[in-house]
Amino acid sequence: MSDTSQILVDTATRLFEETFTPRQLALAETGRWLGTEWQAVEDMGLPLALVPEEAGGFGLPVEEALNLIRLAGAFAVPLPLAETMLANRILASAGLELPGGPVTLAPVRADDRPTLERRDGGWLLSGTAQRVPWGRAAAIMVLAEHDGRTLVALVPAGQAEVTPDINLAYEPRDTLRFETVLPAERVAPSPGVAAADLRRLGAALRCLAMAGALGRILEMTTAYANERSQFGRPIGKFQAIQQHLAVLAGQAAAARAAGDIAAEAVAQGASALPIAAAKVRCGEAAGIAAAIAHQVHGAMGFTHEHSLHFLTKRLWSWRDEFGGEGEWSRLIGREVAQAGADGLWPLVTAA
Amino acid sequence: MDLIDFPPPPAQDVEALRAEVRAFLAEELATRRPQDRARSWSGFDADFSRKVGARGWIGMTWPKRYGGHERSALERYVVLEEMLAAGAPVAAHWFADRQSGPLLLKVGSEEQRRTLLPRMAAGECCFCIGMSEPDSGSDLAAVRTRAVPVEGGFVVNGTKLWTTYAHHAHFMILFCRTGGAEERHGGTSQFLVDLKTPGITIRPIADLAGEHHFNEVVFEDAFLPSSALLGQLGDGWNQVVGELAFERSGPERFLSSFTLLVELVRALGPNPSEQAAVAAGRLTAHLLVLRRLSRSVAGMLQNGENPALQAALVKDLGAIFEQEIPDIARQLVDAEPSQRSTRDFSAVLAHTILNVPSFSLRGGTREILRGIIARGLGLR
Ligand SMILES: Cc1cc2nc3c(=O)[nH]c(=O)nc-3n(C[C@H](O)[C@H](O)[C@H](O)COP(=O)(O)OP(=O)(O)OC[C@H]3O[C@@H](n4cnc5c(N)ncnc54)[C@H](O)[C@@H]3O)c2cc1C
Repeated sequence: MSDTSQILVDTATRLFEETFTPRQLALAETGRWLGTEWQAVEDMGLPLALVPEEAGGFGLPVEEALNLIRLAGAFAVPLPLAETMLANRILASAGLELPGGPVTLAPVRADDRPTLERRDGGWLLSGTAQRVPWGRAAAIMVLAEHDGRTLVALVPAGQAEVTPDINLAYEPRDTLRFETVLPAERVAPSPGVAAADLRRLGAALRCLAMAGALGRILEMTTAYANERSQFGRPIGKFQAIQQHLAVLAGQAAAARAAGDIAAEAVAQGASALPIAAAKVRCGEAAGIAAAIAHQVHGAMGFTHEHSLHFLTKRLWSWRDEFGGEGEWSRLIGREVAQAGADGLWPLVTAA
Repeated sequence: MDLIDFPPPPAQDVEALRAEVRAFLAEELATRRPQDRARSWSGFDADFSRKVGARGWIGMTWPKRYGGHERSALERYVVLEEMLAAGAPVAAHWFADRQSGPLLLKVGSEEQRRTLLPRMAAGECCFCIGMSEPDSGSDLAAVRTRAVPVEGGFVVNGTKLWTTYAHHAHFMILFCRTGGAEERHGGTSQFLVDLKTPGITIRPIADLAGEHHFNEVVFEDAFLPSSALLGQLGDGWNQVVGELAFERSGPERFLSSFTLLVELVRALGPNPSEQAAVAAGRLTAHLLVLRRLSRSVAGMLQNGENPALQAALVKDLGAIFEQEIPDIARQLVDAEPSQRSTRDFSAVLAHTILNVPSFSLRGGTREILRGIIARGLGLR
């Protein structure tokens, strides 16, 4: 890792650790926007981590910048940091001015297709986007179709009609209806990113967040097994618990490697196969690991007071966001079938 | 957590080598049937191993002065994984290349290295691993086979069990007791045993499919010269633990059922059902991630690190993957398994079903590996 990246990771770790206490996480669950906390994150420049240097970013290697998302996952950061990082990158690549503040992205679902038409010297954006992360609280980077082309549009916060919804962790996942005229300078040709790519990039972001959360869950669960005593000794001394934790470690390791695969794929142009594989693997790890973590934590881990659920509820949500294991497995399966039996191994080594 | 931090595999362009290996295998294995490929690294063919040696693909990372080729761990990895993916019969050189050679390099005497390593690298010298015994499986420190010092060497008595390909091997690396039983770890040593030594009897053991690969090896007053001692007297435990790291990290720990995955894809054809596409895609995703983990461990070995814990994690995950392939495959294709079937899928499925139980036993059982991981987590 470069020095800049290391410093960024270290300072972000400190900030997240101090800021996102169980109290703040519980507050975020009530639907409160953590404005002060966002400001602290923004003051540190994190939303610009994926933005190229010439557009005002840090110019970090993409894989290194993406470490921040793993870190945010580990601390269950209840803010659209990942979304803003990616949206800013696309906006900057399209030559649009970055709005500052939180930015989210749309569409995130395969069946939503907003469109743009010319109107009054600007553009009319219309259509619907469902389950947009923090749609109610952020500006929105929209990929929309016009005349068979993909354009990038920036919708300022508050200009879409919002039907609020949430994921299992009470993170906003809102339905947005667009019927808004945007000035010409808020719209530009897409820098080679189509709606399908956005879904892939989003999947990669969730992989990294899941990898981070799984690493943290492993730490928490191991610590708990060493602290909690029954029958006169720490439960971690029981072989059954040790074997559970070893499985949890295996899943966390697999997710970590899958996250790295996804990050490298993003850096190299976001090809489908590695990201799909990473999302499948992280999603599966999430389910297995969360189940073990809860088993080892006993009833205490089932309470709202204990902070395990801030991570497990996110894992159970993130594994289905930007496509679950079924969707991405199917995509890989179709590609494998097309490659044929003798093409399978070459496909694997080339991915 | 360090335990789950797998650094990216070293970046090196190995595609020319990969193409070379593929071309070699395409020619050499042109007539090898899928059910034979399914034997994976248990397939034994001394001629094939000699050809691989002639290509410079055994002992690739060893020093040239011992017949090695001073290539990188990643280059070696490419050769291994291409061999396994193609179902090449590698067993005649596998153990020497994977663990006996590296062990000799680490602790062997100069004479042992000079006489044996070049023959191993040429694919002419086959090794077997003498660790397990009737009363010592997972509890390796409980070995009872004993070497007693005598004039000019040692006399060995005891029984080794499950010794894979002892009946073809030239040498065994013997792990046995040289001190008191109460010493447990301290009283053990390793020996380089020429299997032609008088007093050694090798008896076949059939596996559940009736096949012969492993053996019982009985030592009755077998005399070993002093020069057979490998490493330090009494240092056997440390040496054997180091050896196990080589044994657990490679691509053979997740590719044992790969031929079945290939035949599954063939049987499903270009337009699989929804359910079949999902299942095949999921397995492929697992494969990509396992390969990444395993290559990362290869990189750590290359950097001189000791990734014993990471290797245990990869082997545990790899065995789950290898073992679930037949269960998934049989649900997607309408075919009953049969070793005699002329249908490739059925024959490969049969072979795989009959062999998967061993995948989470050999090289350390699932429970033992998980115990090692738990220790790494600080629970024991
Ligand atoms: C195909 C094959 C090839 C082999 N080739 C070789 C070879 O070439 N050379 C060689 O030396 N050995 C070889 N082995 C032996 C292999 O190393 C042993 O099978 C393995 O170490 C387990 O020993 P065991 O079979 O005696 O089982 P045991 O140790 O008796 O174990 C039986 C069961 O008890 C469990 N168990 C044991 N101890 C514990 C514990 N402390 N905690 C929890 N569970 C425990 C095990 O996990 C397992 O489930 C081979 C085995 C197979 C199957």
